[in-house]
Amino acid sequence: MSARAAILRHIEAIADEQTRRLPTLSDDLELRDSGLDSLCFAILVARLEDDLAVDPFLDADDGAFPETLGEFIAFYDRVLAVA
Amino acid sequence: MTGSSPLPEAHLLAPNLSARIRQALDQRPSAPPPVLDDGARVIQFDALVGGTWIAAPREAVAGRHLLIVTDRPLSAALALCSLDGVAARMVICPPDLNMAQLPDVIAAAGIDAIVHDSGQTGAFPVAVPAYAIDAGTKAGRPAYEAAGVATQWALFTSGTTGAPKIAVHDLAGLTDAIQIDFSVTAPTVWATFYDVRRFGGLQMLLRALTGGHSMMMTSPPEPMDDFIARLAPCGLTHLAGTPSHWRSALRRKAHEVLRPRYVRLSGEIADQSVLDSLARAFPGAAVAHAYASTEAGVGFEVNDGLAGFPADYLTRRGPVTLQVRDGSLRLRSSRAAHLYLGGDAGAVAGADGFVDSGDLIEQRGDRLYFVGRASGVINVGGLKVHPEEIEAVINQCPAVQISLVKSRRSPITGALVAADVVLADPDVGAEETLAIRLSILNACREALTAYKVPTTIRFVDDLPITASGKLERRHA
Repeated sequence: MSARAAILRHIEAIADEQTRRLPTLSDDLELRDSGLDSLCFAILVARLEDDLAVDPFLDADDGAFPETLGEFIAFYDRVLAVA
Repeated sequence: MTGSSPLPEAHLLAPNLSARIRQALDQRPSAPPPVLDDGARVIQFDALVGGTWIAAPREAVAGRHLLIVTDRPLSAALALCSLDGVAARMVICPPDLNMAQLPDVIAAAGIDAIVHDSGQTGAFPVAVPAYAIDAGTKAGRPAYEAAGVATQWALFTSGTTGAPKIAVHDLAGLTDAIQIDFSVTAPTVWATFYDVRRFGGLQMLLRALTGGHSMMMTSPPEPMDDFIARLAPCGLTHLAGTPSHWRSALRRKAHEVLRPRYVRLSGEIADQSVLDSLARAFPGAAVAHAYASTEAGVGFEVNDGLAGFPADYLTRRGPVTLQVRDGSLRLRSSRAAHLYLGGDAGAVAGADGFVDSGDLIEQRGDRLYFVGRASGVINVGGLKVHPEEIEAVINQCPAVQISLVKSRRSPITGALVAADVVLADPDVGAEETLAIRLSILNACREALTAYKVPTTIRFVDDLPITASGKLERRHA
């Protein structure tokens, strides 16, 4: 199961809560162009942890953050595949 | 360590506790005889001061440093009445003291003997003599002759900010904030949800004792429901507790059986929602909230029914001078503790005589509000968040009984704000819960900037309360 649906759902909800306008959510969307700031991403990661029971960033060794939405989804999918 | 900390000379002349109780009895000769009542025992004040309650010869306690370890709060009260003005130092152990810490406490406080009511004598070090506080309703022996000393009263801090310390007061400082009007003849019966072995509860005990008023006490593990039921028929007039105690009491419908004319809160921030709830629950009662701490003593009272306190308190003259520095409330006060026991505990006050409370203050208009504790700040990506500020907003929601805001770790911002919420009605359905969640979030978004809005809200059945009656906060 891909994390895609959960991620997109939460991004839309958070953008709505924080009154941000989202561009089209395509895989090549650069996260820095998403209109979401670090607080929004922090909330996103927290909610995904509640939903999916994983936080790939807490376990990541190098602390690298994905640059595009597609990479972000793949990041979760990789962790979910081994979880 | 004995005698390492002489108290001011003037205090040598102050009457001791039993003399103060006798004065009160003399002032109200026609009133019904006041009693201490913990449900198991009822002790009249004249019996309280009519003899000693300690099974020890005078030479074993006079001028000594004594550790008071009791299972029942009432036993501690008996010991205090017997020993003030006789012992050099009384160290009052709180209900939640870990017995494994006894040897450290004994060393830090230079204890000569233990006074107890307990079956737990096995936990006491054999090298330290132990004397029992008598059971029964009458003191067994003639009262000790006073030793002409201002006994040190040593109390444990609540340890909100780390390991508990032992703060040394005396009776004059502890009772300085108490104003007694002996011309008031209306019957007065005090009760408190606090434990009298801690600062807040001891204040109430001293208020009752020195005012000649009966006091109803609770003894762990008595459930609050049982205590409230016991208070109902006794003509209770004055009742004190923390905001957490009060929220709990209102949830147990205390207002349906109790009619106090004075309701008092202290020990935690009294936000507007709890003050309003109490005003609604007890129409006609005076609702007062007080600011006090084990370190600084009683700071001030607020009687206008509003949260926070008037900004002009900062310019008031009197026994307590208030100051705000770096957002933190500081107090210089004759009621402050004189010192901490134990070598590395540091000083209570700074070089300028001010005690830094660690309670953070914010001015809005001509009023000052408590926003939280310096140690409780949640750091969201470098931005400071006071949990109490958010709780005050959540608690205003009608469906909410109480809330606890805490830190949740985040790999991106370091921390995020999370809230645990207890609903006023625990039996609401799933759909209604969803609506309540939305209304809480909307209230927060309206009143708070984005990074203070809880990112997650969890509904819980109850929130843990510490032995000192405060919401338990675990700082992440």
